Amino acid sequence: MINSPAELERLRQEILSKRDPDKPRISVCAGAGCLASGASKVISAFNEELEKQGLKGDVSTKGTGCPGFCERGPVVVIDPEETCYLQVKPKDVPAIVSQTIKEKKVIERLLYVDPAKRERVIRASDIPFYKNQERNIIGNNIKIDPKCIDDYLALGGYSALAKALSQMTSEQVVEEVKRSNLRGRGGGGFPTGIKWDAARNAPGETKYVIVNADEGDPGAFMDRAVLEGNPHSILEGLIIGAYAIGSHEGYVYVRQEYPLALENVGIAIKQAEEHGFLGSNILGSGFDFNIKVHRGAGAFVCGEETALLLSLEGKPGEPRARPPYPATRGLWDKPTNINNVETWANVPLIINRGADWFNRFGTGRSKGTKIFSLVGKIKNTGLVEVPMGVTLRDIIYKIGDGIPGAKKFKAVQTGGPAGGCIPEEHLDIAVDFDELAKVGAIMGSGGMIVMDEDTCMVDVARYFLNFLTQESCGKCSPCREGLKQMHRILTNITEGKGKEGDIELLEELAVSTRSASLCALGRSAPNPVLSTIRYFRDEYEAHIKEKRCPSFSCKQLVSYYIDPELCRACLLCMKRCTSEAISGATDRIHVIDQTKCNKCRTCFDVCPSHCHAVRRFSGEPVPAPIPDELRTIVRRRKAQ
Amino acid sequence: MDTGRIEQIINNHRCEASSLIQILLDIQNELHWLPSEALEMVSEKLRVPMSRMQHTATFYKAFSLVPKGRHEINVCMGTACHVRGAQRVLEVVQNVTGIQPGETDTDMKFSLDTVNCLGCCALGPVMEIDKQHLGRLVPDMAASLLKNYD
Repeated sequence: MINSPAELERLRQEILSKRDPDKPRISVCAGAGCLASGASKVISAFNEELEKQGLKGDVSTKGTGCPGFCERGPVVVIDPEETCYLQVKPKDVPAIVSQTIKEKKVIERLLYVDPAKRERVIRASDIPFYKNQERNIIGNNIKIDPKCIDDYLALGGYSALAKALSQMTSEQVVEEVKRSNLRGRGGGGFPTGIKWDAARNAPGETKYVIVNADEGDPGAFMDRAVLEGNPHSILEGLIIGAYAIGSHEGYVYVRQEYPLALENVGIAIKQAEEHGFLGSNILGSGFDFNIKVHRGAGAFVCGEETALLLSLEGKPGEPRARPPYPATRGLWDKPTNINNVETWANVPLIINRGADWFNRFGTGRSKGTKIFSLVGKIKNTGLVEVPMGVTLRDIIYKIGDGIPGAKKFKAVQTGGPAGGCIPEEHLDIAVDFDELAKVGAIMGSGGMIVMDEDTCMVDVARYFLNFLTQESCGKCSPCREGLKQMHRILTNITEGKGKEGDIELLEELAVSTRSASLCALGRSAPNPVLSTIRYFRDEYEAHIKEKRCPSFSCKQLVSYYIDPELCRACLLCMKRCTSEAISGATDRIHVIDQTKCNKCRTCFDVCPSHCHAVRRFSGEPVPAPIPDELRTIVRRRKAQ
Repeated sequence: MDTGRIEQIINNHRCEASSLIQILLDIQNELHWLPSEALEMVSEKLRVPMSRMQHTATFYKAFSLVPKGRHEINVCMGTACHVRGAQRVLEVVQNVTGIQPGETDTDMKFSLDTVNCLGCCALGPVMEIDKQHLGRLVPDMAASLLKNYD
């Protein structure tokens, strides 16, 4: 139990004095992405191998939070040299221990190869993916075992809390956050300091502070990475916020789909209690505060704050009209302040380094950094933290390394289901709250899904409307009915049943749903429709007028056909066809039975690139199959 | 159904209506569904009417009012997986198992569901069988993976 800031400093020095900075440390990403790629086997392989080579006491191994480079997981970083190995498998471990740990030799084949310079890169921070980022929040993930509070303390953890409690009044804390111009990272972008001030000034003794960790946007997992990887940074922010607002009870609302996040947050709360960062008389300041965890049960709409509050009360999460805002009437009708995970994680940095430091990053009205989850048709999938104001082009090409498979970029979708699709012509805009809104998208929580020429934009709109129709709580009719109708029209268009006038009808429905819905879900739901119509109207028209999907994505409008001139009868597509629609033999040209084909595209994908025999048709008739008697291939013998 | 165990779960939480979702989650995790007897017990203990129990149990996706099969398949339909062909994976899984999302087959072998994002976007398309992630799927590979389960 730590009773004062001075004791905290003593403990920190004690932890640091026991740590030899020159002692080799092996950090393996144990985030959800790397675990799915087999990271836990890599960690146990390291432990076994170190034991076997008699190095157990001399080297420390830990599973850490996600450093973001999910594409090349499992990621292993060996300190103090910061050697970064990618896609490490258990069979690589003996060599790493005997060569890199013992002999300080780098294993070339496990390094990142910079595709531009064709050079191997040793240090993690020199990899272009990392080099072009500003990793204020997520940078610590690889240095911390999230289950070990000492790791967080060693990096200066809870010093911001000590500073706030011992050197600042609650007004000063609010003032500092206001001056930092921090805006909510969950999607709304509302100034955090003003929100805090409202809750602070609201009448009432009992107040609540809440971490909104109900990250529901599909394709977005930055909150999860912070929750799993550095839970204490969120707790520290929350405790500081509670002190500023005058709250003694807080909640972390985590979706149950994130079991590891729940586990790590639970452990962190327990450790914080044991160390006296939670409970009564925190660090001898006289301030009391406790945190409880609430598991969300799977409802996207609960990310909306009024729905989240009802869910916390044990009820179905159906949003209500605002005002009154939660700042005056929130949980159990008491003043409540809700912020997103990433917003809370920014707070200790702002208190420690000051609002001026924070204002050094970003643009006019959007300060600080933002974590984006860069996914979809992109070479370097992963989490990317950049200062606000970086261009989309830099994120996609400098950090993400562009589109795989020599395909053409089509659009980037930002802001989750409520966001919009941005085409090539706007790639040079600065990414901040205001600029994204100007092109019909939003910052949202930070999802960034890259789409290439194979992605159909009508289908993308249909996809989001399908998602939102399912997730609409059904309380207000504009959202419930409006979304359903838009989804129906979009489905018809993708199935080739679109009619003249559908686009105009979609626009009309979108505008009325947007203006009449109760909560942000309905109000922003038309965005994917409007932004795709705005930039990709020609694709809508091709579907409606020509019954053609220009991206060959809408399966009702696509047919696959094997060109008899090009087919070499290699059996590959036939063997892997998932609907037994292909007939042929080793000397017989393969033919697709159009009535059996389920359009899974496997044949198109597996046909060897030197043949390219499988062709796609959309909006035009498929040629008749080659007559049976002409299907035999006479193979030329090699010249004797 | 082990009524003693249900009682224990209820007692692990404060016996308040606000604990309803947490209690139902624990029961769901234990039994993989919410039998009506369990709902009635919770309703009685927490003094929450059955109408609200039903409302809550059908509102949240984590709850199932029908028993689940031996293997629970979740096909990720997140945006990243979607643009990488999750729909085609799902269709093949539907064909092989003969069930639609939300259903369980008559042998109680598979239950199929879709999820909105498993957060492993780098591995997309992803599906999860019995909590194990299977990534970088193509339709025919998904079909052959399912043969490993009985």
